[in-house]
Amino acid sequence: MYAVNIEPHVVGPKGSALENLIDVDEHYVSEMQDRALVLAEDPLRCQSLPHMTLAGWDLLELLMEQQALGSPEHFTLTRDGDKWRWINRPLGIDDSFTFGDVSTLPYGPMEYITRQSQGDFCILDQRDGNLWMDAGMVTTQADWSLDFDIGMNFFEWHAPVPLAHEKGIFTRALKFLTNIQQGKPARRLNWTMTINPRLDTSPENYHKWGPDRTTVTPENVGDKVHLRVELQSFWRLPRSNGIVFPIRCYLIKMDELVTQPIWARRLHRVIRDLPEELANYKGLSRYRATLVEWLSKLDDGSPTSAGFGA
Amino acid sequence: MAAKSIISRPVYGTLSPQPGKHHLFVADADGALAITDLAAKAPDGFFADAHIIFIPGNEGQHVAALEALKPAQFYQGPSFASALPRLKQTLANAHMGLRPYLAGTEGLIGQAMQAALEAGIDHTSIQTEHRGSLARRVQCVHCKGITESVTTQPATCSHCGLLLLVRDHYSRRLAAFQGVCINAEDRSEIPPAEEIFR
Repeated sequence: MYAVNIEPHVVGPKGSALENLIDVDEHYVSEMQDRALVLAEDPLRCQSLPHMTLAGWDLLELLMEQQALGSPEHFTLTRDGDKWRWINRPLGIDDSFTFGDVSTLPYGPMEYITRQSQGDFCILDQRDGNLWMDAGMVTTQADWSLDFDIGMNFFEWHAPVPLAHEKGIFTRALKFLTNIQQGKPARRLNWTMTINPRLDTSPENYHKWGPDRTTVTPENVGDKVHLRVELQSFWRLPRSNGIVFPIRCYLIKMDELVTQPIWARRLHRVIRDLPEELANYKGLSRYRATLVEWLSKLDDGSPTSAGFGA
Repeated sequence: MAAKSIISRPVYGTLSPQPGKHHLFVADADGALAITDLAAKAPDGFFADAHIIFIPGNEGQHVAALEALKPAQFYQGPSFASALPRLKQTLANAHMGLRPYLAGTEGLIGQAMQAALEAGIDHTSIQTEHRGSLARRVQCVHCKGITESVTTQPATCSHCGLLLLVRDHYSRRLAAFQGVCINAEDRSEIPPAEEIFR
């Protein structure tokens, strides 16, 4: 039911989402525009408690370095001591600033760089043997509120997750995360489902996107229902000793997913056999039967691969 | 005591005298009884370094019992909001060795805790004891407005009017439980409200 599916975050095959450790893909510009729209409507999606500014600079450095490394045609970072110049060609940005001096950037360091990086970002402060959600940029989330959870520790912000506390998942995960070393990031995948290709499925806007869940019919399953996969990675930050936790969301509609027969078979079995608590938590209940019925026609009963990693 | 719940929901204890130079009590209504119970266990002279901030509420009880403890400072206020500037100033001027004790309704404990957190006091060093109403402060996740003294499930947001499921998920920073629209997917579904937080 649950797996602590954590592995080292190392580069994967060319052309895959893991070709670079921070993935910049063909949706870059539109996702950044989507983020700007969400922030204009609700600035509370980006918050940083006062002690987290240094961690914000750590994150700025990490994302500039990784994006420039992976996509030198789009991003260039040049450094002369603390005088930095950042060129972001897709967004038409060319800024010179002093690293560590917030007055030289138009936003705080975390907000500045995460307005230019795909995925949500949570920065966790490490103290008292725990991790504290003390800063974040969260505009593409699966139904959790940064504004509500900011300042909570690892167990508190995961409090609503069913069954996993009892199974010791979070105790083990916390032990792992508090021992992440600099230069050795880790990753895991998480998943849920989203109706229509929406990035912003926040609780703040639940009354706006929630009605989509009533619109699924046997005829439109393939187009409306999306598998949402989160690539979560975990990085130690060098100056602040915080952890940054990027949550990158990828959406694929059922019509696209079932072009791979093995994926169709597996997803059918996963959705069919998911415990009720998890189906409720993931918000699938209203359309689960329709989806399972649709996927069942694509499952001939033949075996799938071994699963994780295969 | 409230029923066992999720990890973010606060757990309250029983006030007991702590080592410290100054003792700051914030209580409402029957929270006063937690203070007088503590007094029975406290060493002589304990209240000579104590400041009690008390909001008696509608019943208006327990004032004489608290005054009889002869705290160095005693304040009686008509509402938490009216006591807050004094509480904030006390916390801002506090030195090492100040021990906070909070007792009474969840709303009172939560809001006094919030003021203490903002003053840099660690929540684990604050004594709390729940007495009286289980009514909840609820933040509407949609409009961000806080509705006070919620006793029903579901409850109507007093700001935007959405019908909210009152979750056990709790934020110390906001001193509030989370309210999420209960019929967001289909507004025609209107579950009956039950009075469960009394």
